[in-house]
Amino acid sequence: MGHAKPNFWNTYVFSIDHKMIAKQYLITGLLMAAMGGFFAYVFRMQLAFPGEAVPFFGVVEPGSYNSLITLHGSIMIFWVGMPLLLGGFGNYLIPLMIGADDMAFPKLNAMSYWTYLASIVVLIISFIVPDGPASGGWTFYPPLSANPDYTGVGAGINLWIIAVALEFFSVLMGGVNYLTTVCNMRVKGLSFMRLPMMIWMQLIAAILFMFSVGPLLAGSIMMLLDRTAGTSFFLPAGGGDPLLFQHLFWFFGHPEVYVLLLPALGVVMEVLPVHARKPLFGYKLLLWAFVAAGALSFVVWAHHQFISGMDPRMVMPFAALTLIISVPFAVCMFALIATLFKGNISLTTPMLFTLGMVAEFLIGGITGVIVGASAGDIYYHDTYYIIAHFHYTMVPITIFAMLSGVYHWYPKMWGRMYNETLGKLHFWLSAISFNFIFIPLFQVGQMGHHRRIPDPTEYEFLVSTMPYHKIATYALIVLLLAQFLFIFNFFWSMFKGKKVESNNPWQATTLEWQCPSPPVAHGNFVEIPTVHRGPYEYSTPERTEDFYPQWEKS
Amino acid sequence: MSAPINPEDIYEKAEVPSGRLAMWWFLSSEVCVFGGLLAVFVMLRLKNPIWEESAAKTLTVIGTINTLLLLTSSLFIVLAHHYAEKAMKDIKFKEHASYYLGLAIFLGFCFLGFKSFEYYNELSHGVTPLTNLFWSFYFFITGLHGFHVLIGIFINLWVWKDVKQGVNLQRVEIAGLYWHFVDVVWIFVFPLFYVA
Ligand SMILES: [Cu+2]
Repeated sequence: MGHAKPNFWNTYVFSIDHKMIAKQYLITGLLMAAMGGFFAYVFRMQLAFPGEAVPFFGVVEPGSYNSLITLHGSIMIFWVGMPLLLGGFGNYLIPLMIGADDMAFPKLNAMSYWTYLASIVVLIISFIVPDGPASGGWTFYPPLSANPDYTGVGAGINLWIIAVALEFFSVLMGGVNYLTTVCNMRVKGLSFMRLPMMIWMQLIAAILFMFSVGPLLAGSIMMLLDRTAGTSFFLPAGGGDPLLFQHLFWFFGHPEVYVLLLPALGVVMEVLPVHARKPLFGYKLLLWAFVAAGALSFVVWAHHQFISGMDPRMVMPFAALTLIISVPFAVCMFALIATLFKGNISLTTPMLFTLGMVAEFLIGGITGVIVGASAGDIYYHDTYYIIAHFHYTMVPITIFAMLSGVYHWYPKMWGRMYNETLGKLHFWLSAISFNFIFIPLFQVGQMGHHRRIPDPTEYEFLVSTMPYHKIATYALIVLLLAQFLFIFNFFWSMFKGKKVESNNPWQATTLEWQCPSPPVAHGNFVEIPTVHRGPYEYSTPERTEDFYPQWEKS
Repeated sequence: MSAPINPEDIYEKAEVPSGRLAMWWFLSSEVCVFGGLLAVFVMLRLKNPIWEESAAKTLTVIGTINTLLLLTSSLFIVLAHHYAEKAMKDIKFKEHASYYLGLAIFLGFCFLGFKSFEYYNELSHGVTPLTNLFWSFYFFITGLHGFHVLIGIFINLWVWKDVKQGVNLQRVEIAGLYWHFVDVVWIFVFPLFYVA
């Protein structure tokens, strides 16, 4: 293989080792999460204390309010969710869980990280150009977005579009790499039906992304042309169709939710069996449920457009399909609960975050049924009810499941254990404060607060929402402060945490626990494993130990 | 650092070599880019019968010539692949492979030449992407396709350099897949913009 002599630059910066690239994704993604969190803090302060100067920011003008919500949304989804759940966990776990020494294309892998980083650079440049950063919402509907005169923002939006497109290319390169790696580099004995669920989730997510993003990539170039060259693809003034962009966006946008959700559920499905000492309930059932959900996700997109001028005859089919798509996830929820049933549950930090994820996501799913039906949606559209609903899906996905994974694989990644007490404190503070943010916002939404109104006191009927806004903002501050526990735990334990003696501290069954902690740089395994059974053999009666690793010969 | 490993000894048998597999996955997402775009165009075209007037003004003759050029270059890529496979056993066939690959590249340049002439002709008659939505789509879709042709030419040139040395011959097939894809896209673009 012939690697150059290891030095600082090729070990930590220009590495092509999948584990280092995963760590780069992880740390960069967490930094971006801090940025997205800060923006949320600023606009929540504005909502709770309208017009007052926000500490560490200043007075929020209506224009900058629009920018803050736009950037918060796009950063959390494109620059936090995808890089952490796909870039971070995908890169780290795919080769380790299938027994490979690296990705199929290590240089392509590095290139996808560097493209991600380049997209961040472009995004940050967009903050400082004249006329300010992107505004107009993360969904970016024309005509507002397609004509610079309507938002008053010029280069900021153009750069934002370029940054998003770069990030998409990065994920695309990653997806091609993941799919090829899993198809061609599984160790002997590891058939597809013995793959850990995490790997399946990464595969399905990659496929969903690759098949849904194409039209939007074309659409984003058309949007750029509208803004810069004067075409009118999306501008009705020149004969264009603004609804066309909404179709392109949501044809991508709905599968995109599952691109994030599936790897998050992958974490959940790895953590639950290990910490409950039970086999995952219904491996094949779950797999087909996710395949079905993935396929259905391409035909539900118009439920985002019920009130934007759709043919009424199309409303019914899309509402019905949307309700049908909740069936596979109901199946998933039951399977997860069945996995816990009569398990030997230990409430470690990763397990707490996983249980938290399942519980919160359930609320997100149920409120999704209410707005998935067109009758409910027409009232709740664009209110804080929607905000609360999708935060009950997206926060469990990108924050709770992600943190669960970070804790669960922490001993493998760094060879040291995180601090359990700090971890548990981190969980309880995060989970409680999270609910205190968004339960009040359901109420705010029912009272009719539209998501783009920066100052509720300007409308008489919204004045009564103020107490709820205040609770939500205080809770957000607690949530953000609680993350300092995590940051401290993460970096302190990296150097000072208890050294992990065993390769397999959780007594788990999947292949990543066979190699040393941390795995060997460039090569992973000391002893190349072969696979003899499925991934979730816990508490099998014929053995004295309560786990039966995939690599152990019978 | 572990000792070099032989994939066949430790991994399950790969049905499709990694390079080819990755190219197929990549192309499947490219199909969605052009598929989505052309579907949008067709729907708008059906909604706007008046576009027929604009569509009649596209240069069908040059479009036809370009179609033939691309089809022929695809044939040459097939031949280049055929000889590249042979050259993996007997290196003297690398001359043939490189000859046909060179021809395919040349025809790719010819395609771009004709396409540029077409753009020049349209622009000099005052037809621009801003004339109406049909022309916006025409310039955007053919431009995006032309950009893919250009990338295909670069890939072919990069592979050609190796073929002349007789190394990395398996890459001819992978470059060929991409080139065929670019060709297939044109097979859809041509009737939609030049014939209908
Ligand atoms: Cu949706």
